[in-house]
This record gives sequence, structure tokens and C-alpha cells, in this order.
Amino acid sequence: MRHGKYPFIVGFLFLPMVLYAGLVLWPYLQTFGYSLTDWSGQSQQMDFVGLDNYGKLFHDGVFLGALGHNVLLLTVLPVATIVIALFFAFMLNVGGRGGTGGVQGVRGSAFYKVVFFFPQVLSIAILAVLWQAVYRTDAAGLANGVLIKLGLADAQHPVAWLSDPDLVLWCILGVLVWSGVGFYLVLFSAAMQSIPRDIYEAALLDGAGRGQTFFRITLPLLWETVQTAWVYLAIVAMDAFALVASMTPGRAYGGGPDHHSELMSTYLMRNFLAFGEAGYACAMGVVIFFFTLILSVVSLRVTRRERIEY
Amino acid sequence: MGSANEYNRRDIFKRAAGIAVLAAAGSPLLAACAAGAGGSDNKGTKSSGYNLTDAKNPFGVDARAGLEVFIFDGGYGSDYAKAFEAVYAKSYPDAKINHQADKDVTGKLQPRFNAGSPPDVIDDSGNKQIKLDVLVDSNQLTDLQPLLDAPYLDDPTRKVRDVLMPGTLDSGTVKGKVYNLSYVYTVFGLWYSGKLFREHGWTAPKTWADFIALGSRIKAAGIAPLAHQGKYPYYINVAMLDMIAKQGGPELMKRIDNLDPTAWDDPAVKTAMDAFYQVVDQDFLLPGTNGMTHTESQTAWNQYKAAFIPCGSWLENEQLASTPADFEMTFMPMPSLPGDRMPFEAIRAGAGEPFIVPRQGRNVAGGLEFLRMMLTKEASGKFAQTANSLTCLKDGVGPEVKLKPGTQSTVVALKAAGANTFNYQYPNTASKFDEDLQNASGELMAKRIGPDEWIKRAKESAAKNKSA
Repeated sequence: MRHGKYPFIVGFLFLPMVLYAGLVLWPYLQTFGYSLTDWSGQSQQMDFVGLDNYGKLFHDGVFLGALGHNVLLLTVLPVATIVIALFFAFMLNVGGRGGTGGVQGVRGSAFYKVVFFFPQVLSIAILAVLWQAVYRTDAAGLANGVLIKLGLADAQHPVAWLSDPDLVLWCILGVLVWSGVGFYLVLFSAAMQSIPRDIYEAALLDGAGRGQTFFRITLPLLWETVQTAWVYLAIVAMDAFALVASMTPGRAYGGGPDHHSELMSTYLMRNFLAFGEAGYACAMGVVIFFFTLILSVVSLRVTRRERIEY
Repeated sequence: MGSANEYNRRDIFKRAAGIAVLAAAGSPLLAACAAGAGGSDNKGTKSSGYNLTDAKNPFGVDARAGLEVFIFDGGYGSDYAKAFEAVYAKSYPDAKINHQADKDVTGKLQPRFNAGSPPDVIDDSGNKQIKLDVLVDSNQLTDLQPLLDAPYLDDPTRKVRDVLMPGTLDSGTVKGKVYNLSYVYTVFGLWYSGKLFREHGWTAPKTWADFIALGSRIKAAGIAPLAHQGKYPYYINVAMLDMIAKQGGPELMKRIDNLDPTAWDDPAVKTAMDAFYQVVDQDFLLPGTNGMTHTESQTAWNQYKAAFIPCGSWLENEQLASTPADFEMTFMPMPSLPGDRMPFEAIRAGAGEPFIVPRQGRNVAGGLEFLRMMLTKEASGKFAQTANSLTCLKDGVGPEVKLKPGTQSTVVALKAAGANTFNYQYPNTASKFDEDLQNASGELMAKRIGPDEWIKRAKESAAKNKSA
């Protein structure tokens, strides 16, 4: 069977490699090239400007602010989503009061799983419309309506949500967590179900409570999955582009009010498409690329642990 | 460091690589990548083909050449363009006309400009407009000089340039040459409901002092005096800059347009902004209006929740569906301040909705001819009727065209204004400065900054963008 093995493999790999090179590697390389020019983005005329764009970038207050916002999302989003998803997954799978001595979830857990997973099915566009109705700035908005009825907000000066510089990022974060928890809940549930029941039963026999079971058994055995979730969520946090661009105020691609929800990606798009500074935008793209690269290497290193076989 | 040459050489490599990839993968998708094989040769008709004395076909249109028209699908819709295309088809029945309409002009057309195959006529407008200064810098547009010197279709003894509203060529000019036909004649100011005002016995104020006094009465009646499209500070920014223009006069406007930072030290700026800030200080705003979209705020205004709203004259068409039949939409200029250098009747008015003919289009002559046909009484009347707005054609709306109340009130206001119309150029020539100004205006409306800080920000941005 060895005969003809390599042509066989090459035959399978050729097309994907060509596609990968053409659609991923080549655009990356082009971005590097363009970031050294003053390309306007609207024609093929451009001049070589060396590293000028990068020099400008690190004195650009808006870009540095956007970088800060990305870092904030990066630290808060994975922690919040994973903690909430882990809590729910634990309650749905092993958190129930085992009346008959078995290990089970809380009552109605199958129903909750569907409910929690539901936001995952919605597209970003629907999410944006839905949450804009929630965050509407007058009494017709769901959040303001409830707060005003409860007397917690003033009908004359309702909460500005996405137009409030101090709230806007947290509002976006809320949507991201809300829409993400369901997926990670299902992911963690699946992983928890593969943990042998006898381990839990043994723990129960030894008198372990819910908290102890979770921290001594579930979490260590789930570590691989949590690590995967972390990497995924970091990618979502680095992106978050569609939500910010469609929900927040701003001339093009959101980022407002007054750059308070600006992300590197929204600022990149505005420079690329609206300001005709595509070369400068490409420099941002390169910064984002390295930022993401370092991040994934670090997160994979830090969360590495020994695999436990069962 | 050779630049242009190196990139041309790179282009060759890019194309070679592109072809290799295409051949290997057979995927037409790849042709759409950012740096597609951009041809830099002019495929369109050269200007030598023009015969501007020929009233029938001055640009030498090939009767069988197809025509691709791309319309920004915004406040005016795109139905009017279909009417124009029918006019074109009457003269050139063999031409295959391709009509496209979309909100995202940049998204749809940037790849095509880069690939050297843009449509023949583009209505380059809206939030995702491709900036004209950028297109001109990239040498992508046809100089419209031949169109302006061509015979006017309705009366071949006159030239097209002689039948345009004042200011049309100004807004069409980028870096000294006319590159776009700004087709729609728009006026900016405040709008109110004639019915609401009659019922309460209010009269439209002419001075800012009256406006503030009336505001208190409106507020006492349980209605918010002012709504604005707060998610997009563009609108309220127009109102502020209009007050500055009236107070400071054309001289100051020119300095602002030129990004002269000292313009913001002019006392007129402070007078106007301090006066304007009263609407914020006295809490005249519709609750929540600072975060509302144009649709939300304009609809609330249609529901009589607010008395005034700032907008351009596309408002009536945009709000057709939510305006009550007896609303009596009425336009008024920004009220005046003591010491204004322009009269109350002066309004910001200008040609907008830029139509361009890309230089690399397949049918440049057809594109120019399409624009020439748009500038006829027939087309202009059709536009006024389907899009409820005026065009840049002088006396472009005959008495046979029945206008809606809002549009009719702009005709009256334009007549009253006479020569007293003004318009800023900086939104077309300094996008970044415009954005900074709008952000500052958003902050001012939310009472997070005051007039002094607003002026300081404007000055800083002017200085920064002047040097950049």
C-alpha cells in the first residue's frame, strides 16, 4: 500500500493549501506591504512611506484608547462568560439535590439548556436590533421602561445606555455575554457528561458538598475544555466588531459616543473606508495581527496542564 | 526608495500570482481580493471623441453600449432613477441598462474601483459614501467640464452650466475642478408641524430670544421643544454651525472651511454657541433624544412629542410613512441672534447627492449623457414628484408638479432667501475634522461639555487636520 501514498496525500492537500495560501497567507502579506505605503484604498497608486504609519499609530490617542477597550473586553469577557457558563452547566448536570442518591441536575434542566442556548441561534444582526430595542434611550426602551416604572430612572432624563460614555462598553459586553453563555454551557455540559459518574458518587460518599465537588472534581477534569473556551472567547473579544459597528453611535462603524466604544477593528474600518487612509488602516491590521498572535501563544502556554486520562 | 515603479512591478507579480491561483483553483471569488488586477489604463472614451456643438449626441454615445447605474438607496429611494433610465432608454433603446441600488456604496464599489471596472454613473452618497476627495486624489473620476459646456437638452442655445442653481458647481468642485453633479437641492433648518402650532396658538419664532421664550411655553404645554437625531450628531451640528455662519458671516465660514484654527477665536463663534447652549441648559430636549436614531427621533416628532427638529429637506420624503395626513410639515430658517451678519431668511442651501462618472467606466460617454438627461425639466419634475425634493436645475419644477406641504414650504423659503443662501464645504473636504466636530456636538448635547470646551475641541481639530 505504500506505493502511491504521497501523490494521494498531495492530491488531497493541494487544493486546500492553494486556497489557504491565496485567501489567507497572501492577503496577510499584502497587508504588511500596504502598511508601508500611503495607499488611499481607492486606486492602485501609492507611495512607499516606510514605518511612518506605525510611528503615527503609537501617537494616535483614539487608537490607543481602542487598544485599551479591546484589552478590557479581553479580560472581562472570557472570565464572565466562563464563570457564568460553568455555574449553569454544573447546576444543570450535577448540581441537583440527589434525592435518590444519584447524581443529576436541577429539575427542568433539559428545558433550561434549550432556553440558554437560544441566543446562540440568533444572528448578530438580530441581536443588534433586539438589544437596540432594549437599550432605547427613551421610555419606549425595554430597560428604561422598566427602570422608569420602578422609579429607578427619571422619565425626563432616562439612562442613555449606548450613548453614555461610561456605560456603552458594558452594554456591549452584556450583549456578548448574554449571547455567548448558552454555547459554552452546552460545551461544558458535554464535557461534564463525559466525566465518569463513579467519581462523583465517590465524592458524595465521602461527604463532599456542591462547592467541593465543583472545585475538586469538575473544574480540574474540565480544564481542557475551559482552555478551549478561553481561546474562542479571546477571539470574540478581539473582534466584537459587528456589534459595536451596528449598535453604537458614530459616523461610520460606530465607536461612539466620542470614541468611548472604539475598538481597533472599528477604527481600522473607518480609516480604511471612510477616511481614505487604507495604508494607515493596514498598519493597524498588522498591529492587531501581532497582538492576536502573542495572545494566543500566551494563553495556550499559560493554560497548559497535564492531561488526565479516565 | 523607488516607489511607484516598485509597485508597478509588484502589480505584475500580483497578477501573475492571481492568475496562477485562479488557474489552479478555478475560483472566480479570488478575483475580488483587495488588490485585484487593477488596470490603470483608461478604458473609457477619450475626451477627443466629444463634439460639444452637437446638441443630439455631444459625447459620442455608442447606442449599443450598456449603461450601469448605481444609486444610493437612502432618503430619496431609487425609484426616481428608474424614471431617468426610462428617459435614457427612449433615446438609446438598444442600450442594456443595469440598475443597482444599495445603502452601502463603499462596500459595493470600493472593490470595483480597485479592479478598474466601476459602474458608469454613481450616486455616491450616504453614510458609507466613498469620499470624493479620495476618489479625485486617486484619479478615478471624469472631469465634468464637457457636460457643463454641452448644450442644454430643453433649449440647445444654452449650455448646461447656465441652467444650474447657484452653488451647484461649488459643491461639485474638488481641488479646483468639477467632478460631480450634486443633483438634489437641499435646504437645512428647523421643521415643525403647522397643525400643532395653530392648535396651540404658537407662531414660528424669528429671533433666538423668541425661540427660547416659545420653548418655555411649549415645555409648559407638556411637549419637548426640541428633538434631534442624537445617535448621529451630524444633524444638530448643522444647526449649530448655521448659527455660527449667520453670526459670523461668509468671511468666517471661509476660514472655518479652510481649517483656520483662529476662526474659532472669533467672538461670533462664542456668541452663537453660548446662545445655542441654552437649549441644553434649559432642558429643552426630548427625553432620550441624545441616543435616538434619525428614524426614532423623527417619528417621535411626527407623533407631536417634540415641536422642532433640525433636518435637511429630505425629511418629508423620509418620513412619508409616519407623518399624519394633516401634519402640515413646515420649514423655517435658524432663528437669528442680535448682530447677525446675515438676515433671518438666510438658509443653508446647497446641492447635494453627488452623481459621478468614473473615469474607468465602460461607457463614460453614456454616463455623461445620463447626467445631461437628468438636467431636463421632465426629469427634474419627475424627481420632485417621486422623491419630494428639489433639484439643482434652475426653475426645475413647473407649476404642473404638485408638491407636498414640506417641499412647498422650502420653495417659499428659498424664494424669501433669494441670494442669501450659504453652505459649508468642510464636510466634503475635511472628513476627519467633520467627525471631530460631530463628536464634540454629541458631547455638548449630552451636557458633558459646555460651549467653551466645544470651541476648544473644534480649534484643536482644525489645527491638527490642517497640518495633516
